[in-house]
Amino acid sequence: MEIQQIYPYLPLIFAGVMGLSILVYVVLDGFDLGVGILFAAAPVKHRDRMIASIGPFWDANETWLVLAIGILLVAFPVAHGVILTALYLPVAIMLIGLIARGVAFEFRAKARADEKWLWNRVFFAGSTVTALAQGYMLGAYVLGLGDGWTTVLFSMLVALCLAASYAAIGAAWLIYKTEGELQQLSVSWLKRTLILTLVGMAIISLATPYASPRIFEKWFSVPEIIALAPLPITTAVLFGFLFWQLGHMPDREDRYSLIPFLVMTAIMLLGFAGLAYSFYPYVVPDKITIYEAAAAPESLLIILAGTLFVLPVIIGYSIFSYRVFGGKATELRYD
Amino acid sequence: MDPFILSRMQFGANISFHILFPTITIALGWLLLYFKWRFNRSGDEAWMQAYFFWVKVFALSFALGVVSGITMSFQFGTNWPGFMETVGNIAGPLLAYEVLTAFFLEAVFLGIMLFGFRRVSNRVHTLATFLVAFGTTMSAFWIIVLNSWMHTPVGFEIRNGVVHATDWLAIVFNPSMPYRLTHMLIASGLTVAFLVAGLSALRWLVGDRSAAVKKALRTGVFLGALLIPVQIFVGDLHGLNTLEHQPAKVAAMEGNWETRGNVPLLLFAWPDEEARTNHFELAVPNGASLILKHEAEGVVPGLNDFVAEDGTIEHPPVAPVFWGFRIMVGTGMAMLALSWPGAWFLWRKDELPKLLAIAFVPMAFSGWIATLAGWYVTEIGRQPWLVSGVLTTKDALGPVAGGMVLSTFLMYLLTYAVLLFAYLYVLTRLTLKAAKDGDNRPDPGAAGETALPAPGANAVLQPGE
Ligand code: HDD
Ligand code: HEM
Ligand code: HEM
Repeated sequence: MEIQQIYPYLPLIFAGVMGLSILVYVVLDGFDLGVGILFAAAPVKHRDRMIASIGPFWDANETWLVLAIGILLVAFPVAHGVILTALYLPVAIMLIGLIARGVAFEFRAKARADEKWLWNRVFFAGSTVTALAQGYMLGAYVLGLGDGWTTVLFSMLVALCLAASYAAIGAAWLIYKTEGELQQLSVSWLKRTLILTLVGMAIISLATPYASPRIFEKWFSVPEIIALAPLPITTAVLFGFLFWQLGHMPDREDRYSLIPFLVMTAIMLLGFAGLAYSFYPYVVPDKITIYEAAAAPESLLIILAGTLFVLPVIIGYSIFSYRVFGGKATELRYD
Repeated sequence: MDPFILSRMQFGANISFHILFPTITIALGWLLLYFKWRFNRSGDEAWMQAYFFWVKVFALSFALGVVSGITMSFQFGTNWPGFMETVGNIAGPLLAYEVLTAFFLEAVFLGIMLFGFRRVSNRVHTLATFLVAFGTTMSAFWIIVLNSWMHTPVGFEIRNGVVHATDWLAIVFNPSMPYRLTHMLIASGLTVAFLVAGLSALRWLVGDRSAAVKKALRTGVFLGALLIPVQIFVGDLHGLNTLEHQPAKVAAMEGNWETRGNVPLLLFAWPDEEARTNHFELAVPNGASLILKHEAEGVVPGLNDFVAEDGTIEHPPVAPVFWGFRIMVGTGMAMLALSWPGAWFLWRKDELPKLLAIAFVPMAFSGWIATLAGWYVTEIGRQPWLVSGVLTTKDALGPVAGGMVLSTFLMYLLTYAVLLFAYLYVLTRLTLKAAKDGDNRPDPGAAGETALPAPGANAVLQPGE
């Protein structure tokens, strides 16, 4: 096979890799940020344990964002500029949030006991601001990066819901990584944030087709609506199952503690699949397609070669690290 | 306000803040590996104590490097979309390889390196330390390749205004890359050498005579003394390379206006771009000609060669380049003047005279000053180009309004000021606290290949740091 034959598929492949890393980011950093958001609700005595549950992971988790933005920049240079200049302010706010969250983590570990409260607050504020800014960007993106009051209001609503769903997946992570009182608390946190998550997914599902006739067509014309029906139905079933499951948690033998996290992951996956279906082939909604925005195929091929080789290795050693720090979270120590 | 100037100031502020921390982590990673290696070989606890102290500094610096690095990767899109649109076919793959081969490696193994000492075998822990050090060095490699390509672009062709790669080997090993990479890696080594020496000297001065402090102090001073002559030599080669490829930058560095022979080496001067001359010159006759051409009559390019017929100035702003260069070289000389006597005393007398020890303390951050000054020479010296001869900085600017850039710029500045203060405060506090309470001791039996408690069995819960 001639290598050139792969050229027409490159934009799709890279859109796929980018989608994958955004999804991985949302799940993984979602739970880190969620734990940060829940900090505000947590009694002081549990906070060290909460930090310990994400300590060895947050940096690597955040790197998926760098990969996602890297691929956007690398594979779709034109779209990259358009999207990031349109979202200039929320991006900057998110960056400040990420900075605050990341450094608070380290400073907190080295602070005197009487200074910890300061870094606790920075940690909470950084995580929350990051989540809100990301939600805002999602909202603005869904409405086609327009401006005007509806976009702003809608984006704010999505911001709130995304923050809530991060808190939800954070709580699910804590159910898995902790025990006793903190685990019990996490169950109740998850119950409460799950409702907002549901609202968020519902309004995005309604707003997307409403904002774009093209997307409306894609979902609500006749064979499609039947073929696609399993998507919302499965999501609804998962929500229902999770509510039911939480009623029985924490269970005495702690056998099911990973289930809420897996279900949350599945829900995010489905939501993401829906969005991907709606927007394909556009990378800038209804303006620039992935095919128009793609970089030169020769350059993409170079990256693809590296990606195919390195990504499995990255996934491999990430799993290794999760196994090293598997089980319930314990005190973090350097020595 | 002018979004162009503001965007440049913002970019300069962001990357200046970012570079402070990689400069420390690149070399500190290797130094930690060295401490660990000495401990593994000798079983001497003091090495592991030094490790545990410096790993905290590493963790903190790493976190700051990571968060400011993430800001960097968004900057290209938010402020300089023209950069990626024009040279994305080259910058893209290089940045992608940095993420794939470096960022994930360091980020994942950092967790094991920091918190895994009791969870994995000593061998795996050493391996994790190595991979983190290796990862940071790979980051430096890829980003310097990209940066050097921006200075000396080769291996490409332009089609419809967009740069396409034709020869990747030439792109990666572009003419200025080997010099810039070597000079930067040694700069990192020097920064860490003086940081370790400076903070250890501080601990020694407040009365800490522990073996760990002594070992760290010796390591820092000897490393500094070893690297600084190499750095001066490499810096000279780097300058010759720049003379070949970017003569306007060298003309600005030397403050030389007319192309001529017998050019003096200016120790001090006040370059005046309006009058196109220097005031208050203090010079070594023929110095610049000798350094750059190795003969007194050697012809050195002058700034006036880089003014177009219509008076448009095509050379970089003179004063910042001129001054940046002197600050860097001056700091280098101070490093030489301090580290050699220091090494001599430690070697012969096994102790520093008090005065010399005091002198090392303010030098703890001298590496930062030289590194920043050097980068300002390099980067401002490339102006008005963003990619030499291919893309001007102005053409890369995005559509964001001035007021918006101003607001984010102020936001960043405020954040950085607070973080820098907190970083220096915590470093000083950690140092003084360790001097007072002593360092953490390693687990007995952790030496050699004896396995530590099996994963999951680490129930030892003691109050954290
Ligand atoms: C500890 C840090 C440090 C020290 C002591 C020195 N430098 Fe340096 N210098 C750097 C750290 C640095 C740097 C920050 O790493 C730069 C910026 C870009 C680069 O490659 O290295 C740099 C750039 C840089 C350049 C700019 C070249 C270009 O990019 O076009 C030259 C000509 C020199 N250096 C030469 C020297 C000389 C002759 C030194 C003798 C004392 C010296 N440096 C000491
Ligand atoms: C880490 C050390 C670095 C420092 C301290 C630094 C500093 C600076 C400064 C001060 C400017 C502004 C020059 C002027 O406006 O006159 C600049 C320009 C620029 N540099 Fe660097 N730089 C560094 C490395 C890099 C690297 C590694 C890259 C790219 C891979 C890069 C890309 C740019 C770009 C895109 C500009 C143009 C934007 C502008 O003029 O502000 N720099 N840099
Ligand atoms: C415009 C230029 C730059 C960009 C876009 C950039 C981007 C980044 C990003 C995204 C990270 C975080 C990685 C993580 O999550 O682990 C990072 C960290 C890092 N960067 Fe940069 N960077 C730039 C300039 C530089 C320069 C000039 C150097 C050094 C020569 C450098 C060396 C490093 C290193 C070693 C790290 C690892 C983290 C640490 O050790 O603190 N970067 N950079």
